[in-house]
Amino acid sequence: MNDQAIQSQAVGASHPRREARQKVTGRVEYIHNLRLPNMLYGKICRSTVAHAKIVSIDTSEAEAYPGVELVLTGEDIRKVMPDPYFGVMFHDQPVLALDKVRYVGEPVAIVLSKDSNIADDACAMIDVQYEELEPVFDELEALGASTFVHEELKPGIPEISFLKGVRDTNVGFPYQLRHGNDVDAAFEAAEHVFEHEFRTHPSAHVPLEPPVTVAEPTGEGLTIHTANQSPSFVSYEISRLLGWPQSKVRTRVPFLGGGFGAKLWIRLEALVAAAALLAKRPVKVSLSMEEQFYTITKHGATLKIKSGVDKDGKIIARKCNVFWNGGAYADIGPAVAFHAGMTAAGPYDIADVAIDSLSVYTNRPVAGAMRGFGHPQLIWAYENHTDMMAHELGIDPLEFRRRNILREGAEHATGTKLNTSAVEQVLERVAAGVDWGKPFDKGEGTIKRGRGFAIGIKASIAPSTSEAIVRISSDGSATLYCSSVDMGQGSDTAHAQIVAEVLDIPVERVHVVHPDTDVTPYDTGTLGSRSLYHMGNAARLAALDAKDKLDQLAKEVGAAEPGSNVPIWEIFARKNGMPVGNVVGTASFTPPGHVPPDPMTGQSPDITPYWMFGGTAAEVEIDTETGRVTIVKLVNVADAGKLINPKIVEHQISGASIMQLGQTMQEKVHFDFGQVTNASFADYKIPSMLDIPEIVNDLLDSEEAEGPFGAKGAGETGSFCVSSAVANAVFDAVGVRVHEMPITGETVYRALREAANDPLGED
Amino acid sequence: MTDMNKQTINFTLNGKPVSAEIEIHWTLVDLLQRGFDLYGARQSCGQGLCGCCTVVFNDKPVSGCLTLAALVDGGTISTIENGEEELDPVQEAFIEAGAFQCGFCTPGFVLMTRELIAQNPDPSEEDIRVFLTGNLCRCGTYPQIIEAVKTAAARMRTTAHVPV
Repeated sequence: MNDQAIQSQAVGASHPRREARQKVTGRVEYIHNLRLPNMLYGKICRSTVAHAKIVSIDTSEAEAYPGVELVLTGEDIRKVMPDPYFGVMFHDQPVLALDKVRYVGEPVAIVLSKDSNIADDACAMIDVQYEELEPVFDELEALGASTFVHEELKPGIPEISFLKGVRDTNVGFPYQLRHGNDVDAAFEAAEHVFEHEFRTHPSAHVPLEPPVTVAEPTGEGLTIHTANQSPSFVSYEISRLLGWPQSKVRTRVPFLGGGFGAKLWIRLEALVAAAALLAKRPVKVSLSMEEQFYTITKHGATLKIKSGVDKDGKIIARKCNVFWNGGAYADIGPAVAFHAGMTAAGPYDIADVAIDSLSVYTNRPVAGAMRGFGHPQLIWAYENHTDMMAHELGIDPLEFRRRNILREGAEHATGTKLNTSAVEQVLERVAAGVDWGKPFDKGEGTIKRGRGFAIGIKASIAPSTSEAIVRISSDGSATLYCSSVDMGQGSDTAHAQIVAEVLDIPVERVHVVHPDTDVTPYDTGTLGSRSLYHMGNAARLAALDAKDKLDQLAKEVGAAEPGSNVPIWEIFARKNGMPVGNVVGTASFTPPGHVPPDPMTGQSPDITPYWMFGGTAAEVEIDTETGRVTIVKLVNVADAGKLINPKIVEHQISGASIMQLGQTMQEKVHFDFGQVTNASFADYKIPSMLDIPEIVNDLLDSEEAEGPFGAKGAGETGSFCVSSAVANAVFDAVGVRVHEMPITGETVYRALREAANDPLGED
Repeated sequence: MTDMNKQTINFTLNGKPVSAEIEIHWTLVDLLQRGFDLYGARQSCGQGLCGCCTVVFNDKPVSGCLTLAALVDGGTISTIENGEEELDPVQEAFIEAGAFQCGFCTPGFVLMTRELIAQNPDPSEEDIRVFLTGNLCRCGTYPQIIEAVKTAAARMRTTAHVPV
């Protein structure tokens, strides 16, 4: 049990966001707003072909264009970054293309001008000659293709150094898990064997503030002002590329106009840093909405899943083969394959499990992390699969899940025991959310109604580290220094509440310093719903450390006797002769006990500091004449432990489910020979107010043993199950199964016609 | 020689008469940002489809990314920064309902909500959804925005507050 007593009302109350006033008056600070004296604007010239050798780049016309200050190509970058390849896992992505381009939209050159319109015009004057190579776009075709996106793998971190020198493959990273005995033998022994295949397509994050970075040479160093979710990594990676001490690269991040994974690791930072150093002036690059579609996407994937079930309806064996379309550069894709691969068998108690999860290079834009880190795709597959099996076995889907769900103390396929019963509660409450088992109006005529639900599991990221500093001033107010990025999820507010709780002061007396690597200490990144648990713990421990130091100081100056009510200013006055001074508390939090999984079997007795669960139920209405699906209601069930700020948690869950609803129903990046053909909000429709059903968010009353005040991260969990809940509801309504997202009217109509033995032609 | 690409315009900005030298291809967003350091109207989609760049021009909300700055000559412009010292019932209701996360779309929603309530002091939920469908929120705070609009409208009906 969590024994951190809650004394003041700082924790557990729905304080409004700290920056609320600045947000409703339009005055909040984003890098979007930043303009520095003498600043140049950069516009990127991009590849028009998917896979080619660069024969020549002629920049002379652009350079001669009035108002153009500088035009840079890949070779120019080498003057400041000798080996200009970046990446969080593989050092495979050139700052600007060198020798070869690997996707349509890859940056080839940058034009700098005081006027962004001039830079834009001049971009069109750059003449790039290509010698085209055979491209490969599909993740399955890439496995056996004779064309290779990269000649050789370039692992960049020690954990994957075994891939160094591997050639002639498009598989960037092969994750595997083996639990229990041989699955094929278990399939032989099974009463029933089911095998299904599912696909998902790339979608786009499209935060309304597109990625934007300003780099500013400061004489002895460089300041990078950037809309980025991982400021510590930016300083780490840019200093590595430049060969400078990390202390000379300052990364500063104010608020973000949305992130969702689009602004992780390095986006524009390397290019803008190099351009600023070469121009010897501040440089700003703001991507357009169109450019976002060429910069980062959510993975499309092919997911094959096979299960063996015994005569009692118990799943005894499962095999998962997952192929992630990672695009042209690794980014965090291999970690998606790894991390999502871990839980590909779902929140079920299955004796024998084999999982192979491969990140695959293709000639498409880079795929990276997005709200749920691969889990919405995986859960799409395994929760469709679960309902399909239940249907074929004639067992109610809720009962089938009850027979197979992981119970507290049971061993997950990773070898780590489940330390909570939350997943059972999520299952029961999500089913209750749509009155599962009770009578339901199935509709009539051409309007059919259905309901369905799904549950999902995710391990938190490990290992990862958050550090924090808490400074108490002589008036008792406090300042928190941390590198968590508030991109709308409310981390500033929650972390301030935690510090206020420890120090027993009003929340308004805590100031939160935004990430600035000159002053805020290390953090792995604002990702994977990890901040509240990791940084929340670091902030709590740093506040405790500051409080201890203040107590110590009180003792030193004779102000600590029992019953003493010497005010804080007087403690400082006795020490310093004036009521001035600070005490500073620090903490570094890395969840203890993590054991890295065995590389061959994926097994670990302690793979995650905490488990995350999500569940969603959906009610749908389908017009059988058009296939159009209307979502009537969504019920999201989440487990966030103790709620630090209940309203913000609820809104995170709701927002995540709305984003996933868009990807379930309408969002898909379309390609024509590698070229994105719907790179705008005119053709790529994200949800608007008219697309939103009734949404109910149900938060478990639980607590996480080692979480700050019993809390844990949950932001992503609202995205986990929306797609499969909708698919299961569609099946419930009209008896057809959709194997590919998005679930458009056309997809459903085609499936209906096929089920009626009257399939529709391709056109 | 007169620069054919430049033009001087005069207009009223947030209640004050101003003039600006513009380039003829500038949009209203360019004008506000480059000329007046006002960043509350933000270019996002660049096609008038998301509402982030909403500005009130001659008492009507427009997309700042699609309105040429030159057209503003002689007109009246009001932005989210107008009267920012005091929050109005719409802004207060947005804060209470938690009707934003990242905040990038918020100025557009606030300005359009004021316009909705001016036109229709008692909007139904359907009215709200239809009127605000041209404003997009990628964080997905739509349910909270609907709640905020209802609250603001109810309060403004009882206090007969005149929207800015």
